Amino acid sequence: MLKDFFAKKKKYATIPTEKMKHDVPEGLMTKCPECKHIMYTKELKKNLLVCQSCHYHYPMSSFERIGSLVDEGSFTEYDRNMISENPLEFPGYLEKLESDRMKTKINEAVVTGDATINENPVVIAVMDSRFRMGSMGSVVGEKITRAIEQAIEKELPFIIFTASGGARMQEGILSLMQMAKTSVALKRHSDRGLLFISVMTHPTTGGVSASFASVGDYNFAEPKALIGFAGRRVIEQTIREDLPEDFQTAEFLLKHGQLDKVIPRHEMKETLTNVLKIHSGRRA
Amino acid sequence: MVGELEFERPITELKKKIAELKSFMDEKGIDLTDEITSLEERLSALQNDTYENMSAWDRVQVARHPERPTTLDYISYLFKDFIELHGDRLYGEDEAIVGGIGMFHDQPVTVIGQQRGRDTKENIRRNFGMPHPEGYRKALRLMKQAEKFSRPVICLMDTKGAFPGKSAEERGQSEAIARNLVEMAGLHVPIICIVIGEGASGGALGIGVGNHVHMLENSWYSVISPEGAASILWKDSTKAKLAAESMKITAPDLKELGIIDEMIPEVKGGAHHDPEEQAKRIEAVIQSSLEELMNLSEEELVEQRYEKYKNMGEFTFVNDSIAVK
Repeated sequence: MLKDFFAKKKKYATIPTEKMKHDVPEGLMTKCPECKHIMYTKELKKNLLVCQSCHYHYPMSSFERIGSLVDEGSFTEYDRNMISENPLEFPGYLEKLESDRMKTKINEAVVTGDATINENPVVIAVMDSRFRMGSMGSVVGEKITRAIEQAIEKELPFIIFTASGGARMQEGILSLMQMAKTSVALKRHSDRGLLFISVMTHPTTGGVSASFASVGDYNFAEPKALIGFAGRRVIEQTIREDLPEDFQTAEFLLKHGQLDKVIPRHEMKETLTNVLKIHSGRRA
Repeated sequence: MVGELEFERPITELKKKIAELKSFMDEKGIDLTDEITSLEERLSALQNDTYENMSAWDRVQVARHPERPTTLDYISYLFKDFIELHGDRLYGEDEAIVGGIGMFHDQPVTVIGQQRGRDTKENIRRNFGMPHPEGYRKALRLMKQAEKFSRPVICLMDTKGAFPGKSAEERGQSEAIARNLVEMAGLHVPIICIVIGEGASGGALGIGVGNHVHMLENSWYSVISPEGAASILWKDSTKAKLAAESMKITAPDLKELGIIDEMIPEVKGGAHHDPEEQAKRIEAVIQSSLEELMNLSEEELVEQRYEKYKNMGEFTFVNDSIAVK
């Protein structure tokens, strides 16, 4: 009987769950996942979440990104309270959304709004890979479309920072249709002669890569960002050949003519400002 | 009986029994007419019951039937004087997408479709109907040409997906599909899209942004194949059947969700039982779509596409007090 008691206890030893791992508060120090360099978290944040030693670009939350780009106090958010429904009645989907809302303190995988970047007015959308891997369902598609419509109405450039694993499986065909929806809006924006800049950050794959992310007037990317249509594993299984080390990185895309420029995070605001200036100069 | 599917097995067995009885009657000269008639009645009831209650997975099987009519099969029934046109003028020719010009009744049209092979050899040549970027770019070239000459575009969708390979990534599979979505959004001529078999994800959508989108009754259209969904959602690709049932991928489902305009009924048991009759049913739908869309101006066509896609999606709002932040 005593033996049973111990056996039972062993069986129920706590293993930290995925959720708990995410909930670990950020410590005083942070170790770079690439080069193992140990930094003060405060210093890392001051350095735009770029490793001081190897220049690894940490993922940024939507608001960290916006904060790093726009003029202080200039950001007005759109559709902050739009949330997903469960159109296919997918078991567990609403719970997953709720848990991601708690975890990320945002309502969906994209934040949209208008702002100024060094006094150049823009409409901006920033995806957040912490929320359901940045996947695109109805809300992401609708928020981006509405942001583009605002840009059309206000005759402003539209800038998007993508970070997404692709379409959101749990919303099925509705997710796929968001690719078409954002495209019809971008076409209208483009036909008005307005500027669209796409900046691909880690990761930009699947349905997001195969829609708005790839059709900017300028396609930029952050260093080493994973960008591609199909997943590496799927490709390896399909073609049974070795893939190069840098396969589907920003640098790989640049080499194959798919990008205009790879821009390190420190130069992002300045480069965007230059592009915006050149474009506003033409109209003046 | 060609390529019988699992869910049709009781039908096959009953047919076999009837055939046996008939030959027995002929051989022995015994009159079994009553028995045969009663079995034939049972067969007809069984067929009705089976084909009217097909599960999503049954339909996926029909959509993948090796003898299911392909794009080129339908082209031969639907378009007179068809001339196939090749190449994207940029890199190469992709035989996973066919395209060309022809006459639909008295109307010149451009036709584009994904093309599976009808046997192994052809499947290798056509990459099993999985296009590379040059296929999508050829499609776009033909659409722009259609726009120049004011011809409606008819797209027949049938693919397991855009090809997931190294060469496709290097040449910009994402950009090729994305570009088509944007350009199809703005095309100044009517676009009619019909899913005739498998409609897998971005690979299908790359020729699928239309004024009207229709689906054959036993085709499927989804953000991902049932196998892919099963492996992502449950880490188990053998749960494809479950994924097919839960992801709403059939024509009746998509009609109900408001994603497609018309579900085109199939001949009993599936299009492969009578391709010519199936082509006639498709012809009628194209005809009525064209009649409707030819009345719209260039601007109205673009506007109609805008409104159509703008309305797709389900979402709600929470009020400030319970929203996060």
